[in-house]
Amino acid sequence: MTEHTVRSFSQDLEELSGDLARMGGLAEDMLSDAIQAIAQRDLALAETVVARDPQIDQIQVEVEKKILRLLALRQPLARDLRQTISALKIATELERIGDLGKSIAKRVKLIDGIEPVNALKGVARMGRLVTAQLKRVLDAYTALETDAANRVWVRDEEVDEHYQSLFREVVTYMIEDPRTISACAHLLFVAKNLERIGDHCTNIAEEIHFLVTGEQLPVERPKVDALNSH
Amino acid sequence: MSRMDPMPSLRMDTATATRPAPASTDAKIKAQAVSVFYGDKQALFDVSLDMPEKSVTALIGPSGCGKSTFLRSINRMNDTIPNCRVTGRIEIDGMDVNDKSVDPVLLRAQVGMVFQKPNPFPKSIFENVAYGVRLHGTASSRDQLREIVEASLRKAGLWDEVKDRLNASGASLSGGQQQRLVIARAIAVNPEIILMDEPCSALDPIATAKVEELIDELKANYCIVIVTHSMAQAARVSQQTAFFHLGKLIETGPTESIFTNPKNSRTQDYITGRFG
Repeated sequence: MTEHTVRSFSQDLEELSGDLARMGGLAEDMLSDAIQAIAQRDLALAETVVARDPQIDQIQVEVEKKILRLLALRQPLARDLRQTISALKIATELERIGDLGKSIAKRVKLIDGIEPVNALKGVARMGRLVTAQLKRVLDAYTALETDAANRVWVRDEEVDEHYQSLFREVVTYMIEDPRTISACAHLLFVAKNLERIGDHCTNIAEEIHFLVTGEQLPVERPKVDALNSH
Repeated sequence: MSRMDPMPSLRMDTATATRPAPASTDAKIKAQAVSVFYGDKQALFDVSLDMPEKSVTALIGPSGCGKSTFLRSINRMNDTIPNCRVTGRIEIDGMDVNDKSVDPVLLRAQVGMVFQKPNPFPKSIFENVAYGVRLHGTASSRDQLREIVEASLRKAGLWDEVKDRLNASGASLSGGQQQRLVIARAIAVNPEIILMDEPCSALDPIATAKVEELIDELKANYCIVIVTHSMAQAARVSQQTAFFHLGKLIETGPTESIFTNPKNSRTQDYITGRFG
């Protein structure tokens, strides 16, 4: 796409994309570190994740200021307008992902007593899937590729299925050995956080689709209904 | 009515009679394959555009793109330019404006025009509005003339500001007021269509806002076509926007779509400031 005649306008938009890339990178690292910290009961690593969350919040605040300024001073239209509005929404999604990563990391300290090794492995597996989804959607945003974004959108069904089966698995561990209930309860919360991160990834995918095409993806995202799966 | 009237369906007998319904639900103005030549130079290439009634159509595009040329073709103002030739068809209520039986003077009463520089006559405010009414014989008495002048000034949002000085010169008004006076003058002769060529370019933001508010109110009763350099203005006042470039009509669409998701990349480049 050609540059704006007023080049500082193009620079403003590039700066915005750069900020979102930084947020995305932070969120990715926080998430993969949080999952590793849970899987390996690494308290020190968990604490670094919690300490990084204010950074991502700070960028979101800056992004919102820049967007307000852009809207007031540049009156962006068409694609520029969609890009600006999408940036606002994606920044919010990434900030939430950061929060959820922090929440996961905080549970490392809280998990005490006996935890079943297999449950940890299950959570780690789901964690890797969600981390991959996040990476794919962020790459799709950088490249502005709707096909890649749509694939992330569709694959969220896999994330939901992982969550359902992990839920069932962890419940059986709790039944088998009540000493694991406390730890397993925390792991269920972690799994739920991962499932929510998956949802945020599909929201980002929807924003990418809207930015590029000007149209919305269907309202109903593919979802696995917990009540229907036995 | 003493004048020959080739478009009887467009005329009202008095200012208070109800307007007959149009013959069909087609657009008020239909341009079909309109081209305009100044001597050998072609300024407009094959433009087809429907302009609906009770609605505002904005024409946008860079300088020299042909939008004003197109506007002037609708009420045959191009007739006044030597060596200017118009081909194609422009219909108002299904009638070709270039038909031999059409009186261009009458046409220009029915299709009012407002220009960038307000051009009140060197007469009083009252006379500015009354002049055209007298010329076309629309009022049957002095009282009715006064009624029409007042009604037009009210519709143009100017009455309260000038009611106590109707004999003052039109030129004594501010730029924004002069422009509204010109609009009152245009609507006094009962047009169905109002053409505006950058009506706010010479006005300050407050006067601009008043004229835009007036356009918003007028669209309930008139077909309005406005040429504007300001994309923001086109976005604010119009329901349909047409983008011209180098004499061609590139894209037309609902204003909302043109400014959020235009289909043509040249349209997008123009409205986002990526041209050149």
